[in-house]
Amino acid sequence: MTEVTLEVARPRRRSLGSVPFWLAAAILAGLAYRFSDYLPEWAVEYPRSWRLPIEPWISDAMKWLINDATFGLFTFQEFTRSIAWLFGWLLEAAYGLLAEGFTFGKGEEAFHIPHVSWLALIIVLVMLARRVSGRRLALFIAACFVYLAVFGQWSSAMITLASIVISVPFGVLAGLLVGIAAYRNAWVERAIRPVLDLMQTVPVFAYLVPILFLFGFGPVAAMIATMIYAAPPMVRLTVLALRGVPEEIKEYGRMAGCSQRQHMWKVMVPAAKSGLLVGLNQVVMLSLNMVIIASMIGAGGLGFDVLHALRRLAIGEGLEAGIAITLLAIALDRLSQAAANKPPKAHGSVRGATWLARNRLVVIAGVLLAGSIVAGALVPAVATYPESWTLTTGKFWDRVVEWLNINLFDTITIVKTWLLVNIMLPIKGFMVGLPWPVLLGVLAFAGWRLGGWRLALLPLALGAFVLLTGNWEKAMITVYLCGLSVVIAAMTGIPLGIWATGSSRRTGATLAVIDTLQTLPSFVYLIPVIMLFSVGDFSAMIAVVAFALAPAVRYTIHGLNQVPEHLVEAGRAQGCSRRQILWKIRMPLALPEIMLGINQTIMMALSMLVITALVGTRDLGQEVFTALAKADTGQGIVAGLCVAFIAITADRLIQSWSRQRKAQLGVA
Amino acid sequence: MTVKSGTIKLGCRGVWKLFGDHAERLLATAGGAPDDEALRQAGVIGAVRDVSLEVHEGEIFIIMGLSGSGKSTLVRCLSRLIEPTAGEVLFEGQDLLQANERELMDIRRHKMGMVFQHFALLPHLSVLGNVAFPLEIQGVDRTTREARANEMIELVGLKGREDYYPRELSGGQQQRVGIARSLAVGPDIWFLDEPFSALDPLIRREMQDEFLRLQSVLKKTIVFITHDFDEVIRLADRIAIMQDGAIIQTGTPEEVVTRPATSYVAEFTRDVPRAKVVSAGVLARPGQAGSVRVPASARVGDVAARVFDEEQPIGVDGADGTPLGVLHRQDVLDILLGREPRQ
Repeated sequence: MTEVTLEVARPRRRSLGSVPFWLAAAILAGLAYRFSDYLPEWAVEYPRSWRLPIEPWISDAMKWLINDATFGLFTFQEFTRSIAWLFGWLLEAAYGLLAEGFTFGKGEEAFHIPHVSWLALIIVLVMLARRVSGRRLALFIAACFVYLAVFGQWSSAMITLASIVISVPFGVLAGLLVGIAAYRNAWVERAIRPVLDLMQTVPVFAYLVPILFLFGFGPVAAMIATMIYAAPPMVRLTVLALRGVPEEIKEYGRMAGCSQRQHMWKVMVPAAKSGLLVGLNQVVMLSLNMVIIASMIGAGGLGFDVLHALRRLAIGEGLEAGIAITLLAIALDRLSQAAANKPPKAHGSVRGATWLARNRLVVIAGVLLAGSIVAGALVPAVATYPESWTLTTGKFWDRVVEWLNINLFDTITIVKTWLLVNIMLPIKGFMVGLPWPVLLGVLAFAGWRLGGWRLALLPLALGAFVLLTGNWEKAMITVYLCGLSVVIAAMTGIPLGIWATGSSRRTGATLAVIDTLQTLPSFVYLIPVIMLFSVGDFSAMIAVVAFALAPAVRYTIHGLNQVPEHLVEAGRAQGCSRRQILWKIRMPLALPEIMLGINQTIMMALSMLVITALVGTRDLGQEVFTALAKADTGQGIVAGLCVAFIAITADRLIQSWSRQRKAQLGVA
Repeated sequence: MTVKSGTIKLGCRGVWKLFGDHAERLLATAGGAPDDEALRQAGVIGAVRDVSLEVHEGEIFIIMGLSGSGKSTLVRCLSRLIEPTAGEVLFEGQDLLQANERELMDIRRHKMGMVFQHFALLPHLSVLGNVAFPLEIQGVDRTTREARANEMIELVGLKGREDYYPRELSGGQQQRVGIARSLAVGPDIWFLDEPFSALDPLIRREMQDEFLRLQSVLKKTIVFITHDFDEVIRLADRIAIMQDGAIIQTGTPEEVVTRPATSYVAEFTRDVPRAKVVSAGVLARPGQAGSVRVPASARVGDVAARVFDEEQPIGVDGADGTPLGVLHRQDVLDILLGREPRQ
């Protein structure tokens, strides 16, 4: 008897699930807020004089890098310039081929070669889609690209596509090489892991700033930012894919007497191909996600169109360009996924035939594209989709917005104001007014209970950075907006997930919708929100909730579905009702997984928050945003790190809780 | 069957493989031979413990044991896929463990072949590509290596499937590719790590016959791993039985079955049909035989029918043709019934 209770009691001691602890923390925080007047002033508002000038330090370091740093043979600036030159040259070539054509000579004698024909490109892509997948994908690809032509998005889309075509191979190659190095050497992996973690939590904007500083404003800087943003998952997936190669195949490679290089490139990489192609897909998707953000430092194309429209609040235009990006993203996603999942070659497809027969499709595509350039020189409509054939729905959407404003404005305003006054502002006030030692203390205590003194030190150290750099108040506004959005996302996402697990058809449909939502670039979420709610904290929150909802739903579905069937059957055998099975068996067992979903929701909310700075929030996102406008490297990096630190704190605490809970429940 | 006493092709002496932290130090402090207790206390797993063996030229040497007995680790130590913690591995008189990266690569390229339990074919290459792969690695030109690969493919009976990809083949066919591939370089030593364990029983039998057919032509020196005693009886010239990382008995299948070294081996071989392992030579008693004669190496099970059918006693001849004696029906019957042979 005593033995049994001991067994149960031991893990509980460190669990955060114990109600008294939460209650005590809440009461303590409430008291501290209520009686903050009696606390010393420094505890409520961190004194200015205690700050460290970290921002100027970073800015000065960057200036030194640009002006004085040298590698001996060449200076740092020459180094960045030669990179910029290389990519600039490649990008020009891609622009010329896809979007602008090439012009030789000047003035009267100028000789112009047109770009690849829209029609020929569509045909080639459709052929490719049929090859890697089948008729359905071919039709879908055709529809996507016809949309681009018909709605006048073609030339912008081609500029975007050109930068993707150049940046993706470099991103993939860089990710692959770093991944291989990490796979080969444990120390490389140890060194690279925290860097990757940080890169995925620092908001994108933050590293736009140093890139802007190093490479200047323009498409090349934008492309470099895109590559840096998109490469990390490739690194991770490369390591994962190489590790996943069956042990026997690795051994065979060595027994065959492969040199190290042969072993990697003739055995490991081909054997890991399908995993590596998943990485390629990720790089493509992240690059497209960057399209709009990159336009802030000079990328043209669709991203610029959306950004430009949003800044002028031209909803219709923004929506059309946004849809164009979305379609481009989904089209490239499906294409690269199909390539990744394509069954390996079958016999009879390759050998014996001549080179021409083996590469028939490539030859046809090449001839078609080259021919279209010649034809385009003769008939302009072949090269460029004639403007007179384009449609636009811009006017229509503008009228919709107008109608909404006239008819729903009052209702929306009432709801919005009520929520702002009664819920959002009080929470904001509480977060900002909460004495910082109290919050840090609660976090440290939670860390200590969940993972010992190391996890207790983490929020203290990261919090200290936020305090020292003087970003505490803005960080609290970020926490408030993020926290509230996450609560709302959880309150909608979890029930939705529960509903979706009701039948396999619902699950399938829900997951399909979520998959599509997750391919949308984050900016696109802003468009309808601005349409309905104009700017401000409330709009920001709605956009964040919409963007961050997906993981809450996905993990809920996953968590509920992975509850072992025999436990559910045991419940049914004991006469549980459906409701009891859900609440007494499935939910408790799924909770750790659902919490991981909430964790993802927090990460996504934070990344979206920075983007919503565009609709006028006053948090860390705004700080990064203004740093970008001023090209202030120090401010940008520091504010970006602050956002990352909030993310890391939440992530470590939740992960730790979920791991412990899973161990207790015995669900792996 | 007698022990073949050819030259020693591959041997090892005092090989240890310990998994865990500070395994080398443990081995040094324990005077090179830590016991179970010392290993357990150090939290070290003794996958291979003080193994010495000799494989003669042209014989099929089977290492047999249950899963976890260390047989796979041992064969990987012999091919140095795994670095042994201590000991020496002698291949054609050279200590393999002293070979540097380059020498080892050369030995593997030209002198070793290995067949894996789960085939380990490269999924992106056709049958031809897979079989030609070891030659490609050596830098053999395309025409030569494809000609050689085609030869090997024909040898294992897969002619006509050269263009197929591994996933298009059945398990048995895939292992034929694995065999063809391992033979492509004409290896001096041939490692087979449970090559037929992943196959259905019927296919397994067929592949064993195929293997014997190949060996009768090729006469390779073979180290073969299995957990299946039936396979041992069908294929082995000599076997080594492993338990907990150590070899507990080495000998011909007949010796192991009839004179088990430990109760573990006895338990292991208890259900083995004696008639399949005991040879006629063992049962030969002095006497006058008729015209029907069998070689001393013939299995009792294979000659039993004739012993009962013939009117006259059946004679047994030694390897050099000298008469050893005759078979008595009672002796054969005892073996068939699984009784211990009378002295």
